[in-house]
Amino acid sequence: MYLRFHSTSQTRSSGGRRASLGAALFFAALLAGCNHGPGQGGMPAQQPDHFGVVESALTPGVGKSLVSEDPRAAQYYDNADAVTAGKRLFAQYNCNGCHSSGGGGMGPDLMDGGWIYGSRLTQIHQTLVEGRPNGMPAWGGKIPDQELWQLATYVRSLSLPATVAAEADDTPGQTPAVVPRAADEDAGWTPPASTTNDYGTTIEGSAYDGGGTASTPTDHPAKSTGASKSQGPT
Amino acid sequence: MRTPLHLVFVSTALCAAVAAAQTVPAPVPESEIFSPEQIGHALAAPTPQAGHTAPSAANAPADDGQWTMPSKNYAQTRYSELTEITPQNVATLTAQFTFSLGVVKGEEAAPIVADNTMYIVTAYPNFVYALDLTKPGAPMKWRFAPNPAPASQGIACCDVVNRGGSVDHGKYIFNTLDGQTIALDVKTGKPVWRTQLGNIAVGETITMAPLVADGKVYVGNSGGEMGVRGWFVALDENTGKLIWKAYGTGPDKDVLIGPEFKPHYPSDQGKDLGVSSWPPQAWMIGGGNMWGWANYDAELHTIYHGTGNPGPWNQEQRPGDNKWTTGIFARDPSTGAARWYYQYSPHDEHDYDGINEQLLLDMPFDGKMQKVLIHIDRNGYIYVIERNTGTVLSADPFGPVNSIQGIDLQTGRPNMNPAKLTRVGQTVTNICPTASGAKDWNPSSFSPRTGLLYIGHENMCMDWEDVQVSYIAGTPYVGALVHMKPGPGGNRGEMTAWDPVGRKPVWQAKENFPIWSSSVVTASDLLFYGTMDGWFKAVNARTGELLWRFKVDSGIISQPVSYRGPDGHQYIAVLSGVGGWSGAVVSGPVDPRDGSAALGMVAAMSDLPKYTTAGGTLYVFALPQH
Repeated sequence: MYLRFHSTSQTRSSGGRRASLGAALFFAALLAGCNHGPGQGGMPAQQPDHFGVVESALTPGVGKSLVSEDPRAAQYYDNADAVTAGKRLFAQYNCNGCHSSGGGGMGPDLMDGGWIYGSRLTQIHQTLVEGRPNGMPAWGGKIPDQELWQLATYVRSLSLPATVAAEADDTPGQTPAVVPRAADEDAGWTPPASTTNDYGTTIEGSAYDGGGTASTPTDHPAKSTGASKSQGPT
Repeated sequence: MRTPLHLVFVSTALCAAVAAAQTVPAPVPESEIFSPEQIGHALAAPTPQAGHTAPSAANAPADDGQWTMPSKNYAQTRYSELTEITPQNVATLTAQFTFSLGVVKGEEAAPIVADNTMYIVTAYPNFVYALDLTKPGAPMKWRFAPNPAPASQGIACCDVVNRGGSVDHGKYIFNTLDGQTIALDVKTGKPVWRTQLGNIAVGETITMAPLVADGKVYVGNSGGEMGVRGWFVALDENTGKLIWKAYGTGPDKDVLIGPEFKPHYPSDQGKDLGVSSWPPQAWMIGGGNMWGWANYDAELHTIYHGTGNPGPWNQEQRPGDNKWTTGIFARDPSTGAARWYYQYSPHDEHDYDGINEQLLLDMPFDGKMQKVLIHIDRNGYIYVIERNTGTVLSADPFGPVNSIQGIDLQTGRPNMNPAKLTRVGQTVTNICPTASGAKDWNPSSFSPRTGLLYIGHENMCMDWEDVQVSYIAGTPYVGALVHMKPGPGGNRGEMTAWDPVGRKPVWQAKENFPIWSSSVVTASDLLFYGTMDGWFKAVNARTGELLWRFKVDSGIISQPVSYRGPDGHQYIAVLSGVGGWSGAVVSGPVDPRDGSAALGMVAAMSDLPKYTTAGGTLYVFALPQH
């Protein structure tokens, strides 16, 4: 199935607001789980997206990485343009649909420093190219390889302390820090910070007693009558 | 190990950021909300003297002490006639046995009881357990593992939940997250048939509980956040073979609209509205999924089922009414042919799926008894609809609303509040109810003794900004930045006892978190429900007074049931296991620092990890004599 909108704009049936539909990218046939080959819909043909086997860095007790490095990664370190481009692509390719602004949803949290398939740029790029079993599509050959590297750079930035510290409100990742080369020099595992699967910090519990106060409203469902009395356990 | 100084600074800043993000936003002020007097409408004044509200015997047969389908009966009243547990003795209610489900995702199912065996289906990976109730401790008879495709986890919008199965004619019938419907032999736990209905490659999953009735199994798909075109099918109960399939969008022939179709309102009349009410081809990726509750009406021999939200959430990309999303169909069970349709939220701008439950009741209205269905919608309104014609008799808000200023009962259309419509490039604040609705999927119960509906629901609002989104098959097709917040008063949940005849609440109990569990009401006027912070409660169904409660291992978002055990005594069973859309911040891979995470739910629920952890356990309670 290959869909394309024919009109470039439509008038909204009520209210008259205009919606640009032509801008929508349609490449259904190219994507997750489809059997069609690459190269349709104006997308680039097969990219050189794979650079040999990259081993996992998840080696407990080993300070230095055993990972073979993809030399193409080098140019994306200390590269502000790559992070900025990656941020734009993150929305364009619906990454935010699953990973929200980095906090996750359908897909995993990308800002907690916890990585199943490795945190290094090379490894994140490989995850984007190959996909992962629990729902992450394989994008190799479907997104230009340079864009995959830019995406990987932005994703790598999301959990950097500098990016997290720059968060002004509850929409993270808006001012992503460049990824310093030093960030990937030590591939040893560190506990993820401040998540619900929290190993590093303490979450304060709550003394809330379960509530459950009944009231008999006289007017509006939303209005408290003020007559609520606390119902303790019996 | 010594910590380098610069790391101390970084982690201090990080902790400050975390603390800030985990603060639940301030409640929306009361002044933002309409009062029911302003916006509640009915075609006639209440006439309670005209009769007693109750389901018909055909739709709610006498209670045999079993609980064979999630909603108890076709009328879906969740009413138990058992009376051993009473308001006087409920304080002594005691846990009799528990059973770990082996899964720590959101558990939304009802334990099913038939022939002294209990059947439970879990969240992904959708284990099915059969427990022998005749033996001490209810040991496992068998376990079935359907092994759904792991990738289905990554396309489930709102946790990997399952809303249960049913026992009928020696089979336990349920759905899997990766789109299968499976019938197991209750004796052996072996599949009698399994039918692959969904395609995860385009983002289709199945989370709903199949409706088993009239020799058929009725199933719909999920995926309204993935650009999945909705459908609803009937399978042969004996073979699993497809009998008919009705789409939620597209040409009349796909929607099974033909000569029998007689919608009551003019805006639902016309040819191929499922195409013409969309931009070219947008209906092909337009949602209208059916992942909630369908009814079989044994009296009128009709199926009723809702349809979900249109996709994407960004309304500017789909001008038009977007038929046949966010509405309800009445269909011929044998052929699927549509009889009538009504659209709750034409051109939905707020993710108000129309898939919540219907209760089939005979109710006095306008001086005579009428056959109605009562639907409690995400959009905050409770609709009383005449079942033969699809005419809305009354529509009243049951929670705080401001996005809809009442339903026009002449046209059937909602009066949208222009200040709360959504648009690209602007964040519209304090929209009530929130995207998950004044109530989400969790069904209400009804007692013919009290004449009240028991609606466990939310009190939440939201800020919403539309953003342009591209359709990429198998990925989310949403296009909205949402941040949720508590509604007026700050209590995010509420149990409302609603008088459908008088069109008003009789009592309400506030809860800190949204109520995401259903309830069961008994003939001794006890109402049981669970909370997201892990309390299982019994309250007086006439007053809401709390009579008993028990703290379970994890929050409750499931469907409690009441049954008679092999020993003749009454039991109450419920699953714990927080999760679902509202609980994803605990059970999912979600970061409380990102308020937009889990489709904006995290903003309002970031404190849930302080109250509960992930779990998943069956609890069964009874009076202590055994």
